[in-house]
Amino acid sequence: MSPAYAYYPGCSGLGTSMEYEQSTRAICEALDVNLVDIPDWSCCGSTPAHTVDHTLSCALAARNLGLVEKMGLDTVITPCPSCLTNLKTAVHRMGDEEFMRRVNSLLDEPVGNTVRVKSVLQALIEDVGPEKLAERVVRPLSGLRVAPYYGCIMNRPPEVMEFDDHENPVAMDRLMEAIGAEVAPFPLKVECCGASFGVARKDVVARLSGKLLDLAEANQAMAMVTACPLCQMNLDLRQGQINAATKSQHEMPVFYYTQLIGLALGLDESSLGLNKLCVNPGLALREAERKTAEAAS
Amino acid sequence: MEILDLTESLDREFISQVEEESGQRVRLCYQCGNCTAGCPYTFAFDIPVSRMMRLLQAGQKDQLLSSHSVWLCATCESCTTRCPNGIDVARIVDVLRHMARREGYATERGVKVFWDSFLESVAKHGRVYEMGLLTSYIAKTGKVWTDAELGPRILPKGKLHLTPSRIQGREAVARIFERYKEASK
Repeated sequence: MSPAYAYYPGCSGLGTSMEYEQSTRAICEALDVNLVDIPDWSCCGSTPAHTVDHTLSCALAARNLGLVEKMGLDTVITPCPSCLTNLKTAVHRMGDEEFMRRVNSLLDEPVGNTVRVKSVLQALIEDVGPEKLAERVVRPLSGLRVAPYYGCIMNRPPEVMEFDDHENPVAMDRLMEAIGAEVAPFPLKVECCGASFGVARKDVVARLSGKLLDLAEANQAMAMVTACPLCQMNLDLRQGQINAATKSQHEMPVFYYTQLIGLALGLDESSLGLNKLCVNPGLALREAERKTAEAAS
Repeated sequence: MEILDLTESLDREFISQVEEESGQRVRLCYQCGNCTAGCPYTFAFDIPVSRMMRLLQAGQKDQLLSSHSVWLCATCESCTTRCPNGIDVARIVDVLRHMARREGYATERGVKVFWDSFLESVAKHGRVYEMGLLTSYIAKTGKVWTDAELGPRILPKGKLHLTPSRIQGREAVARIFERYKEASK
């Protein structure tokens, strides 16, 4: 078993992205990536905190970094790019001693800023790797053509995120290829989906997420693959709103990449939360199976 | 078209305050327009991001703090990543947003109420309680039909809990907010 990572699920993992959370845990277990939950972790502050104040935002993230320090682990991983960016920004900015002093003045117990932060995606690419993943595949998804969508902040800004390419990230593409899926070109990989404006400004999300769905369809993707709870929610749950606003008729399944990896590893569908997706993925998966069988015969 | 008297409305103190709070030098912007070209929100902004930078150089505090753009930036980091002069533009917009809050501007009230409700939820439970956040947003805005059509899609999935996940350390989290409020008095 590989060295243990402290694991930070993030708030949406308990609710609207519970299938991301379930499938992340399931594939990490199957791939011997050792996750140790942070006891009593709290919210990272997400977008709302940094729109109020940078010290407050970093303190909310840093409380969790302090808990990781207490666990005696040197690296924390999280599936959610918003949590990732807050944790990484806190580490980055606390490189400045004066700023770190201000952050610590808001906390019960000061942090030493010794913890490294990575996304689960980064851990999978670096710790497991596409080759080892490919060896474990029992059910290749070779008939499935997917558009990998990373969202805006998984890789940006590069000096903070320090992972993959900030204009053309490929980590998820490589993992999808490793499980046999066909990767469609998707030039809007790092464009914003409309983020948390879904509630207050649906028009903004309809336009931005609508463009992403249009492009995936234009490039003959049978499904989109995401790594972010907010992107997934905008594209999947809000697809009906988007269709109504942009006069389109998309019926595009939007998977978390962890769900597809889990399927390829032969894990039980219920452990991957496929039934939690709003746009039913059944048609696309059956079509993929048909194509795979056809190619094999 | 509104005509600005740049000499009359130049606020030098505002410029240095933004520079100090953001850690950025606003004079480095040479108006290449890369930020605006890559900004996905230009269509919704009343002031495109490169023009915000120019107005900042000209010390136009009121124009900037009363803009819709400061509330509609999602911090997607496109401007920051693509600035040829290494200016953290998104951080500057964040700082403008902080100032707009402090000085009572809220041109996108719904956006502000959503973010405030989110943080209230964190201060109360230690984590975000999604259903509570939505309820609080609806109560404060009076927009009772917000996402009502999504209910039948999401409720049967069991993804929205009707009770919050409260952590042991929620008081420690509440103290972070209290100390912040105390320090910013």
